[in-house]
Amino acid sequence: MNLLRLSWKNLTFKPLNALLSVLLFALSIGLISLLLSLREQADEQFDNNLAGIDLVVGAKGSPLELTLNSMYHVGYATGNIKLGQVKAFFNPKHPIVEDVVPLSVGDSYRGYRIVGTIPKILDWYGAELAEGGLWQHDFEVVVGEEVARVNGLTLGSKFKSNHGIIDEGDENNIEHDDDFTVVGILAPSGTVMDQLVLTTNQTYWHSHETHNGDDADHENHDHAGHDHTHDHAPTPLTEEDPEQEITSLLVRYRNASSFQALNFPRNLNENTELLAANPAYEISEVRRQFDSGQRILGILVLAITVVSALSIFIALFTSLRERRYELALMRTMGAGRKKLFFLIVMEGLMVAVIGYVLGILLSHAIMALLAANVQDDFRYTVSATRFLTEEVWLFAAALFIGFLAAVIPAVQAARTDIADTLTHS
Amino acid sequence: MLSSTNLSFTYPGGEVLKFPDLVCPAGETRLLLGKSGSGKTTMLQLLAGLRKPATGSVVINGQNLNELSGAELDYFRGQNVGMIFQTAHFIRALSVRENLAIAQQLAGKPIDRPRIDGLLEELDLGGKGNALPGKLSVGQQQRAAIARAIINQPAVIFADEPTSALDDDNTRQVIQLLQRQAEAVKATLLIVTHDNRLTGIIPQQTKL
Repeated sequence: MNLLRLSWKNLTFKPLNALLSVLLFALSIGLISLLLSLREQADEQFDNNLAGIDLVVGAKGSPLELTLNSMYHVGYATGNIKLGQVKAFFNPKHPIVEDVVPLSVGDSYRGYRIVGTIPKILDWYGAELAEGGLWQHDFEVVVGEEVARVNGLTLGSKFKSNHGIIDEGDENNIEHDDDFTVVGILAPSGTVMDQLVLTTNQTYWHSHETHNGDDADHENHDHAGHDHTHDHAPTPLTEEDPEQEITSLLVRYRNASSFQALNFPRNLNENTELLAANPAYEISEVRRQFDSGQRILGILVLAITVVSALSIFIALFTSLRERRYELALMRTMGAGRKKLFFLIVMEGLMVAVIGYVLGILLSHAIMALLAANVQDDFRYTVSATRFLTEEVWLFAAALFIGFLAAVIPAVQAARTDIADTLTHS
Repeated sequence: MLSSTNLSFTYPGGEVLKFPDLVCPAGETRLLLGKSGSGKTTMLQLLAGLRKPATGSVVINGQNLNELSGAELDYFRGQNVGMIFQTAHFIRALSVRENLAIAQQLAGKPIDRPRIDGLLEELDLGGKGNALPGKLSVGQQQRAAIARAIINQPAVIFADEPTSALDDDNTRQVIQLLQRQAEAVKATLLIVTHDNRLTGIIPQQTKL
């Protein structure tokens, strides 16, 4: 019968009071851990997907929408732009633009977006092939790790795309006729690449052409070319018909801090039919929204934490009033003041430790649920099994709160005056 | 062995109370008698080291209590003093047996299961070892309190009105038990009381 066990017995002597304290504590720890984890993982995904992109150029509309659609593949595109409008960006001698990646979006495969682009995008995002090769020709695709895993795609798999962004299981989808062939599968990169189906920009033109008149000819010609040019690189976009459309252009500057670069987006927005969005700025706007939401949640969590600390305090305090005789008794039996202090503090710490463990389990269980639901809607991968160093600090904080809630009752217990207490019995 | 000399106590209000000197050899049973408000309980608390006297000293087993610091005094008390109160108090979350075990432990002694069980048996509490103290009758509680007071074989047992809450039968039983157990461990037994039922049984008496 050591003091720890005595603390435990005292705590569980009133199991409902103990349960309330523990649950409140678990709730507060759980919410803090959840907020920290979601924030950490959101920040990471925002950062991973910035990919050194200085500017996104697309059709007029909302710059935030353009950024989200082109960089995070969430929401809808602002429209299309003609190749002719952006030809200058492809010029290697452009004074401001160092490099560009063109994007064509709008179709999907079982909820995963198909992006027409050039293989350079993999370098930008730091993604690598796990197996197979790059997409060279139209209707060849390289799929992200998650896309392959979830849909059981392997090299050589064929599938048809859906027109528009459609979730799996939607009955009213329109399927395109042409088969895509998987030629490569990406290694997991922790970026949005994991969730994309990559192919050529030109593929979009083919799958959206109407099957009549000149276009049919054009298509036949291309398909013929396709068959004969297996070993050649596909036609660069700059040599395509300037009337053809893409969705947007990801741009890297030569020198992002130069005066020209700083004025570049405004020049484009004022003087052309294009929309230029600065992703860093747009994302910081999103984060600001995020932050104010978090602040409100933070206040809520703080309130719950205070209430849970109070609940420990009150539970100890009332039980102490009922137990003052037994504390005096322990003094007469040889227990010093330090022992009584320790006895009460341990009760607070036990609530904190149990509450902490339950709270962490709670937050990671919620994340596991979120992971299943959030991923499809927001391209936001939540990992339930990742633990943060902050959660170690949270443990220290939990112990501190447990101690704080117990310290006043404990001091009072240590001060128990034996003679007075036992005389007034 | 318990003795006190020249004891006095100053109440917070400034009232000073002087107490008679006391010498009790080991194994003796003595009553401390007095009306309500005569300071019986205060004297008991001084003798047990629960309060500090204004003047005078208490010696238990050769140790002058004035020479001990707070923590030393707590420890000394656990080893050498057993206490029984008008109403029995226990650690409510622990069973009777665990209450006795923790009394041994707090006194810095190893837990002696055979002694605990033997003592419970002797005090007719054999079947109650695993019960919570709150589940016992008043008489059983007082007997359990006696068991706890003598478990560490103290030099002195102080009993503060141990029989005032009990009927005649229980009173006789409790006093006999107290005396027998005190004799068994050669302890001085000092009973503070105004219970006339005891004065006929115990000849050694000090009046305040």
